[in-house]
Amino acid sequence: MQDVLYFLQQLINGLTIGSAYALIAIGYTMVYGIIGMINFAHGEIYMIGAYTALITITGLASLGVAWLPLVLLVALICAMLVSSSMGWAVERVAYRPVRGRHRLIPLISAIGMSIFLQNYVHLAQGSRNIGFPALIEGGFQFGAADSFQTSISYMQITIFITTLICMTVLSLFISRSRIGRACRAVSQDLGMANLLGIDTNRIISATFVIGAALAAVAGLLLGMYYGSIDPLFGFIAGLKAFTAAVLGGIGSIPGAMLGGLILGVSESMTSGYLSGEYKDVVSFGLLILILLFKPTGLLGKPEVEKI
Amino acid sequence: MATHSLKHALFCAVVTLIIAYPILGLDLEARGTSVVLAGADTATVVSVLAAALVVFVFQLFRHRILGSLGTMPSLNPFANREPMPQDKRQRLETIALVVLVVAALIWPFFVSRGAVDLATLVLIYIMLALGLNVVVGLAGLLDLGYVAFYAVGAYTFALLHQYFGVSFWVALPVGAGLAATFGLLLGFPVLRLRGDYLAIVTLGFGEIIRILLNNMTWLTGGPNGIGGIPDPTVFGMEFGRRVKEEGNVSFHEIFDVAYSGSHKIIVLYLIALVLALFTALVIRRFTKMPVGRSWEALREDEIAARSLGLSRTAVKLSAFTIGAFFAGFAGTVFASKQGFISPESFVFLESAIILAIVVLGGMGSQLGVILAAVAVIILPELAREFSEYRMLIFGAAMVLMMVWRPQGLLPMRRIHIEINKQE
Amino acid sequence: MLEVRNLSMRFGGLLAVDQVSLDVQEREIVSIIGPNGAGKTTVFNCMSGFYRPTGGTILFEGREIQGKPDFRISRLGLVRTFQHVRLFSKMTVVENLLVAQHRHLNTNLIAGLLRTPSYRQREQQALDRAAYWLDRVGLLDMANREAGNLAYGQQRRLEIARCMVTEPKLLMLDEPAAGLNPAETRDLNQLIIGLKEDYNVSVVLIEHDMSLVMEISDRINVINQGRPLASGTPDEVRQNDDVIKAYLGEA
Repeated sequence: MQDVLYFLQQLINGLTIGSAYALIAIGYTMVYGIIGMINFAHGEIYMIGAYTALITITGLASLGVAWLPLVLLVALICAMLVSSSMGWAVERVAYRPVRGRHRLIPLISAIGMSIFLQNYVHLAQGSRNIGFPALIEGGFQFGAADSFQTSISYMQITIFITTLICMTVLSLFISRSRIGRACRAVSQDLGMANLLGIDTNRIISATFVIGAALAAVAGLLLGMYYGSIDPLFGFIAGLKAFTAAVLGGIGSIPGAMLGGLILGVSESMTSGYLSGEYKDVVSFGLLILILLFKPTGLLGKPEVEKI
Repeated sequence: MATHSLKHALFCAVVTLIIAYPILGLDLEARGTSVVLAGADTATVVSVLAAALVVFVFQLFRHRILGSLGTMPSLNPFANREPMPQDKRQRLETIALVVLVVAALIWPFFVSRGAVDLATLVLIYIMLALGLNVVVGLAGLLDLGYVAFYAVGAYTFALLHQYFGVSFWVALPVGAGLAATFGLLLGFPVLRLRGDYLAIVTLGFGEIIRILLNNMTWLTGGPNGIGGIPDPTVFGMEFGRRVKEEGNVSFHEIFDVAYSGSHKIIVLYLIALVLALFTALVIRRFTKMPVGRSWEALREDEIAARSLGLSRTAVKLSAFTIGAFFAGFAGTVFASKQGFISPESFVFLESAIILAIVVLGGMGSQLGVILAAVAVIILPELAREFSEYRMLIFGAAMVLMMVWRPQGLLPMRRIHIEINKQE
Repeated sequence: MLEVRNLSMRFGGLLAVDQVSLDVQEREIVSIIGPNGAGKTTVFNCMSGFYRPTGGTILFEGREIQGKPDFRISRLGLVRTFQHVRLFSKMTVVENLLVAQHRHLNTNLIAGLLRTPSYRQREQQALDRAAYWLDRVGLLDMANREAGNLAYGQQRRLEIARCMVTEPKLLMLDEPAAGLNPAETRDLNQLIIGLKEDYNVSVVLIEHDMSLVMEISDRINVINQGRPLASGTPDEVRQNDDVIKAYLGEA
């Protein structure tokens, strides 16, 4: 019984982290789907979202605003605003001028951007990690009081539900709205979409903005969940999210969700049964294996080499 | 058009404010257990506003500014010059090289220990960057985990010395060979991957190596690292005050000169210089050989290369392995220079710095890469007050280089091949 | 020399090539023609090993080669060009030709580092062969230019020269005349016939330029929507009703 409860606990933790990874992974997968580049700086956008959320929460607290839903809502809006502006600006400055050049060039530009943003926050806010208040506390407990208890915190439930809402809204947006249709057209064939009068630059910008906004949501949620943030906080999370995107099949939004959950669960199982030190080894190992044996991921479309 | 560009300029200025003000203008400060918000000083706020204004003006007059930039005389005064005749240029280059090498040999005897020590570090980075240049610049494979091979070289020496008392000169080929073996083993499965996937997989590999070094405490000492790594000896001579190894003799006793702490630093520098020269010459020779040409062919057009009978795996693997070999080389020298190594020296940022050197210098260009290594390592030392901005500037420089000058500061030059008409 | 039997290639639900057969004899120029999207290039990609065909066999000098890796097929002497010129554009013209001779060269790393006499001799032979072919296609003066800076027609000729330095037995040309002006097309014509006459190379040609095809082909295969439509000498094909219908559209 205890074993089952322990397993359940790992599963819950894994699904929580995994759904947040999925939110970040959306940014990678959409950008890759449309312009075929890895937005290496996406993890930093997420980190900036977390910082903005913390700044907002701290600011509101000093102003005396304490009503939780309002605080969360304002923090969320500010984080999304700053992150998506950042996403827009990054694309404009670092990616648009090099679009269409040799594959390595946008990637190196993105790595440069990632280093730049990391140090931008590092210089502005210091390198130490800063405590993030856990605004949502409490939760449910299962199991006998004198032995191992499985717990689901309200925070975990919030993360899970928020992710589900975001994913649903995004799917509806992509399938129903005009911009969403244009997005799909551009990802099919950028040149053709251009000829048909779709403003592809605008659509690409929109992709970055949407991805960044979702990353900001994840930044707020995971900031509260982990309880502290620092400027390097985005780097590893970004890599994990990218792994999730590849795992599920890059370019596919349900794939990002699936990949995020699988990655989150396998990580928490590693921490729970092996050692927390090795969870990164497991997720990178997983990434390498997936790329070797199924480079298109679980839900990705097969690619035919164009000659 | 005017209203449109006004709207656009305004939009850009507002975005600038949004991305700059909260992060720069509002500082999170930890007070005890709680966090408070402090406004930044006036200078920061003013510069944020100024930045927004600059963006606004630039976007408003964007076309005019870019247009006038285009008519400006070229920044490079040699841009329109006729290329020098081949033989003359080669002679000049040879003379310049000889002068440089002689200067590099004499120079350490006249400067401070700190300067020599720094120069040794530069030489280590030159070896690393030349090695990575093979992988990224010539073969076009983006390796973001290059530092792993560096770590393999350094740890090989440290461990071999700790457990078997192996000396520098034995560890050098073993470390490089082992790093090359790692390159071969990693490369074999992953080199089939497309460019950007390869980048991520190598990054993951680099992280895995670092995490393993950090956690295999029984072998590597974990985060505490390994110390007591000896300096190189020359013909059995040690350069420390006292002889540490049985059977060695001390340099200052043999030659009956006063002991000086700078001896061993200079010797290490000279050894690094010789090894860096060796690296440069070997790789230079490679580029003129069939293997070097096939690296470039694969970078230029993989499909065409395959259609001409080049095996993609073999060609990529050779570049990857040779790159790893020289990283291992540099790692051994690094371990010897520091005397102590820990996983902290082998983080992703280190890979990014080496990559930045290659990119700034000009992918594929040896001379460019060497100059960039000198600049990237020395400039932050000269401007110490700006050293905390080093990585910020790196990042920005990488982006700007890709946007404006992806071929680097000193682009690679083709080798002129003399041919005679055949009957 | 080359026998393609019932070659099929399926991408997902799409049958791009369906039961195509093809024969090439020694010293013969065989053309594959057909409307756009008929699957001609897919046939090439299967023959040169870029695709693994989903059905059928390809025999080259009696050996089955279907599904073999591309670089192995090319080493057997089956070399191709591409519809869109694929040069190593940052490398010089002569370097392009040296890369192609990779397998004739001494690739031993140690020999190269030490520049042993045998290494230097092979290197010189490769240079001589490159010079010979540059002369043959009229690019000798361009030897040290970057290949990407050549004019389009020159790039096309360089691509053919690059195949020829590998000393192939069978040359596959994918729309070599595309984008050339009439004068250049005539030169190309001469060049291809010359390759056959002087170097005993067989040629498989995909081409849209009918005058070129009719003039130099020994036999022609017509493909339509992935299926073989007709084959025979230029005259036979010219008079074939199915071919006329396919080309003029169904009335």
